[in-house]
Amino acid sequence: MNKSFVVAAFAALAAFPLVAGSYGLDLVTKIMIYAVLALSLELLVGSTGLVCFGQAAFFGIGAYATVLLMGLDWGDSMLWVLPAAVLMAAVYALAVGALSLRTKGVYFIMVTLAFAQMAYYVVHDTPLGGGTDGIYLYSKPALGSWLDLDKPLVLYLFTWACLLGVYVFLAVLLQSRFGRALAGIRVNEQRMRATGFSTYPYKLAAFTISGAMAGLSGFLFAVKDGFVNPELMSWHLSGAVLIMIILGGLGHLRGALIGAFAFALLQELFKSEAIFGNFAKHWHLGLGLSIIASVAWLPHGLVGIPEKITQRLRGVPRQDQEAHHG
Amino acid sequence: MDLSTFLIQCLNSLQYGLLLFLVASGLTLIFGIMGVINLAHGSFYMIGAYMAFALAPIVSGTFGGGFFSALVVGVVLAVLLGYVLEWAFFSFLYEREHLQQVLMTYGLILVFEECRSLLLGDDVHGVEVPPLLAGTLPLGDTMTYPVYRLFISGVCLLLALAMYWVFTRTRLGMMIRAGSTNREMVQSLGIDIKFLYRVVFAAGVAIAVLAGMVAAPVSSVYPGMGNSVLIICFVVVVIGGIGSIRGALLAALLIGAVDTFGKVLLPQAAGVLVYVLMALILLWKPDGLFKAG
Repeated sequence: MNKSFVVAAFAALAAFPLVAGSYGLDLVTKIMIYAVLALSLELLVGSTGLVCFGQAAFFGIGAYATVLLMGLDWGDSMLWVLPAAVLMAAVYALAVGALSLRTKGVYFIMVTLAFAQMAYYVVHDTPLGGGTDGIYLYSKPALGSWLDLDKPLVLYLFTWACLLGVYVFLAVLLQSRFGRALAGIRVNEQRMRATGFSTYPYKLAAFTISGAMAGLSGFLFAVKDGFVNPELMSWHLSGAVLIMIILGGLGHLRGALIGAFAFALLQELFKSEAIFGNFAKHWHLGLGLSIIASVAWLPHGLVGIPEKITQRLRGVPRQDQEAHHG
Repeated sequence: MDLSTFLIQCLNSLQYGLLLFLVASGLTLIFGIMGVINLAHGSFYMIGAYMAFALAPIVSGTFGGGFFSALVVGVVLAVLLGYVLEWAFFSFLYEREHLQQVLMTYGLILVFEECRSLLLGDDVHGVEVPPLLAGTLPLGDTMTYPVYRLFISGVCLLLALAMYWVFTRTRLGMMIRAGSTNREMVQSLGIDIKFLYRVVFAAGVAIAVLAGMVAAPVSSVYPGMGNSVLIICFVVVVIGGIGSIRGALLAALLIGAVDTFGKVLLPQAAGVLVYVLMALILLWKPDGLFKAG
């Protein structure tokens, strides 16, 4: 049932341009970019149990690399700008991971934040990336004449393909021996080591892969907006992505998808002046209350809804539900 | 930098560090003892500052006593707020994963910020220094130092001592320390751990609100002020070692000094210095300077 849900979701996204206007296309492109970022973080938080609070740095590096490299104007941009942007994010993730994986738990959260803040201040306080003003992307990456990311529909479909690629890659990865090892590390790292796994290289590999994917989403974001500024690397974004995947439900790839869409669509809903009129400028209130409600009633995130409903229908007493999950 | 400038910067860094300690101590208590990652802690600081702005005129109008009676009323309100919040939003979260708490407290930040915006608007406000403390002290031949900043440091030091005393010398402190080590054991010894947690949370909220109220005259009052202080306080908590009051004090003074002198000596890199410091300390000591327990 879960697999068919994901297939249906991707099919719906592929068909969406047939019915959508330019606003809808733009919005869903943005959400799909965030979904790639959320998936990259899900690999760390949900699958490996490493709570990274610096994902925005890899995202931002991917975006800045894209804009700066496009400025070089070496022709046939797509072929090398995309891999280079992803590679740069991955290299930074490798360095950050190598150091910060020495720490655990909340200390790990804060060290990843520290490295993200360092990247933030580099673009914020040095002329490298235009400082606080940010820089514009004057020409969009293209490959020949058929893949021109300047066209919204092409960008939409390209983003869709990236999202699908990342999703399938992660689904296959998590089924592999490598993915099983990550799951083992999440559940009990001590025991994994006792069974003879050197856990550090596994965690570092996961961290680097995650950084590369975040770099990919950064590339897409820079191309879509045509503009980068230091806010892309701020901890607010790292926090928002973390909130997305917790909201969706940790430990499931589709949780990251659902979370990214739910978070962004809730924002759009509460920001909508057509529905809330003047109150729309206080959209944080509605978003905050929805988040609190979801914590109170959905301990397993939004992916837990179907299970909750079936249990309610079968009349399973509350106590048993808790025991079942525990 | 001559001697009196150096002295002034020292006093400034002391004052900033002690203020950070005040906010961070509540955070490290709630974190270390209850195991709750409370992102909304910065909001309590923000609420305190806005109380100093909006509540102080009303309170001193009704009761007299100016700023100081406002402080008392603010702390009482904060204790009530903390008590109710713990009951409504946190009491069912202890059994859950940490990240559920993160989500909940993130939601609370949004709600607090918007309530503030609805009630008091989004403008930046200044708060007047209470007339009793408005003077300055001469420092060297030409420099002066505002009395109010010394007052802040004094209040923070007093609270730090009081906290130390409660923790190490009283029965309540003993129960709290025991509760942080083993919740079930304390419960089976007949101590009402739920009540204990509620008290700790209320105290943490009250301290953050007090810090916000005291800081308002020097920092001014603006939207989003809670978030910036929150991140720095997490840095303090983590450098000091989670749950350690002593560590938080040391880390707060360290951060205060690095930040203050960084802004004077290396203004282009001031923002990043704190994070470089944190990364270095955690790579050297992965559990912070003083691990609790």
